[in-house]
Amino acid sequence: MGKELKLMKGNEAFAEAAIRAGVDGYFGYPITPQSEVMEYLTAEKPHERTGMVVLQAESEVASINMLYGGAACGKKVMTSSSSPGISLMQEGISYMAGAELPCVILNVVRGGPGLGTIQPSQADYFQSTKGGGHGDYHTIVLAPSSVQEMYDYVELGYELAFKYRTPVMVQSDGAIGQMMEKVQIGDQKTRLTEKEIIRNCPWATTGKTPNRERNIITSLNLDSLVQEKHNIKLQKKYREIEAGEIRFEKIQCDDAEYLFVAYGTSARICLKSIQILRAKGIKAGLFRPITLYPFPKEPLYKMVKNIKGILSVEMSAGQIIEDIKLAVECKVPVYHYGRMGGIIPSPTEVADFLEHQFIKG
Amino acid sequence: MADTITKAEIINPENLVYKKTSLMTNNVLSYCPGCGHGTAHRIIMEVIDEMGLQEKTIGVAPVGCSVLAYDFMNIDMQQAAHGRAPALATAIKRLHPEKTVFTYQGDGDLAAIGTAETIHAANRGENFTIFFINNGIYGMTGGQMAPTTLEGMKSSTTPYGREWQRMGHPLKITELIAQLPGTYYVTRQSVHTPASVRKTKKAVRTAIELQQQNRGLTFVEIVSNCNSGWKMTPVQANQWMVDNMFPFYPMGDIKVDGELVKK
Repeated sequence: MGKELKLMKGNEAFAEAAIRAGVDGYFGYPITPQSEVMEYLTAEKPHERTGMVVLQAESEVASINMLYGGAACGKKVMTSSSSPGISLMQEGISYMAGAELPCVILNVVRGGPGLGTIQPSQADYFQSTKGGGHGDYHTIVLAPSSVQEMYDYVELGYELAFKYRTPVMVQSDGAIGQMMEKVQIGDQKTRLTEKEIIRNCPWATTGKTPNRERNIITSLNLDSLVQEKHNIKLQKKYREIEAGEIRFEKIQCDDAEYLFVAYGTSARICLKSIQILRAKGIKAGLFRPITLYPFPKEPLYKMVKNIKGILSVEMSAGQIIEDIKLAVECKVPVYHYGRMGGIIPSPTEVADFLEHQFIKG
Repeated sequence: MADTITKAEIINPENLVYKKTSLMTNNVLSYCPGCGHGTAHRIIMEVIDEMGLQEKTIGVAPVGCSVLAYDFMNIDMQQAAHGRAPALATAIKRLHPEKTVFTYQGDGDLAAIGTAETIHAANRGENFTIFFINNGIYGMTGGQMAPTTLEGMKSSTTPYGREWQRMGHPLKITELIAQLPGTYYVTRQSVHTPASVRKTKKAVRTAIELQQQNRGLTFVEIVSNCNSGWKMTPVQANQWMVDNMFPFYPMGDIKVDGELVKK
């Protein structure tokens, strides 16, 4: 990690991290509240800094399919969008999952359904973690709760994407994307050479040479038995990811009687709510999933015996609560508190809900 | 029967007059007998072979009858979602400017669901080549109306013939994209006679050569038959194509050296 410190918006940090990580191509389409990603990239002239390609596509549909084309060549490719745009990309994400192509996709979530609102939301948990498009698949989902993590999860995203040959989603929200914080900037990585790509990605379409069979990137298997075999292979990969890639953070959990489970902006709110509650003698703690998929089931289950209940806080009608309930097997009461429509709950209202509705209610 | 050529003479290498290019695999073509796809595949691969480009070429297959083009073309290939081949090719070429990149698409793929990708790739002047097979019908899904289905033409979703008042007009997408400044070479050909095959092969070569010179998008439409979808014999289908498709989709160059050809 370099020593350079910068004050940046979350979206800008993500864009700078892309250049520094040696990303080969960014393909995107403007949508609030994430347009700063492409604006930053075009202003920075990454074609001069690293040779990175940045292209404003005609739609989110085209963007994700450009990722397919680039990823199939073994290149590090990226896009960013916000909820309605991610909905449009889901077909392409399904194709990439099926064809086992690595990429990093940023979703700066806004309120829905439909055109909804441009304000922050976390109501895309289902579409991010449960597949989103058609067929049996998952994308790895990383949930940053600071601008620094917006920066850091770019490199982590590519590490996981290429390790498992799968799309990785970074699920942020309008607040994390727009707010400014101090960011520690890493060193510039060089983009991979053609030789390195051929060595690292022998499956990629880099041009058929006499020493190998032709490489074909497809998600099509007309023979059901072949398709099922492919499905089983994908599922095996998801089990490996579930076993090996869980990430989470525990804050003030050692003596906690009540546990907040929250990610992203909601996790930040809960930190303040914990202070309010502890000042009143209520021992609250925070369990923050960093990987939304794979969901940190076991670590959460292990905490059940020491707590009286869980409050899931999410800027939605309650989506992650389904995975929390499955994880703790309903051994403790699990409640949801959230605001919708682009409203961020205040630490006081979250603390009040725990104190008055949950504990005394 | 003294003049009859024997099998031994036929397989004698000295008597070889034609050989399948090694850039076509030995897989049995999945196309209907009489369909133009096989010929179109072969001449594209012959050109790639003759230009020594196998190691430098990346092709993109569409959704439609030619979804399995990668089974037959012995080069690295990607299979695209329906209509999105030009988006894939855009990224491939931008990330690999030194490679030869082409898409191979049918009329439903290119001119209906993929219209936006086609128009915008052409308008950006992306340096790849589109091979567009136009047979006026959705072959693989069983013969439904395509954007290029002629007026009055029957299909499984226009069982009484296409009426423009209710089903819209046939789309001359090739003329449309020729208008865009990003296209450099736009031509319409066919593969139903030996002479037309030779002309089409020449057009394919021109398109690939111009791509190597980074001139912008090059576009070769091949009007073809779909005897199964049209419910005709191959011979009838070719005749019907000449009589009905060619007057509406006339053969020849539409744009050469970046200039529209004056008729």
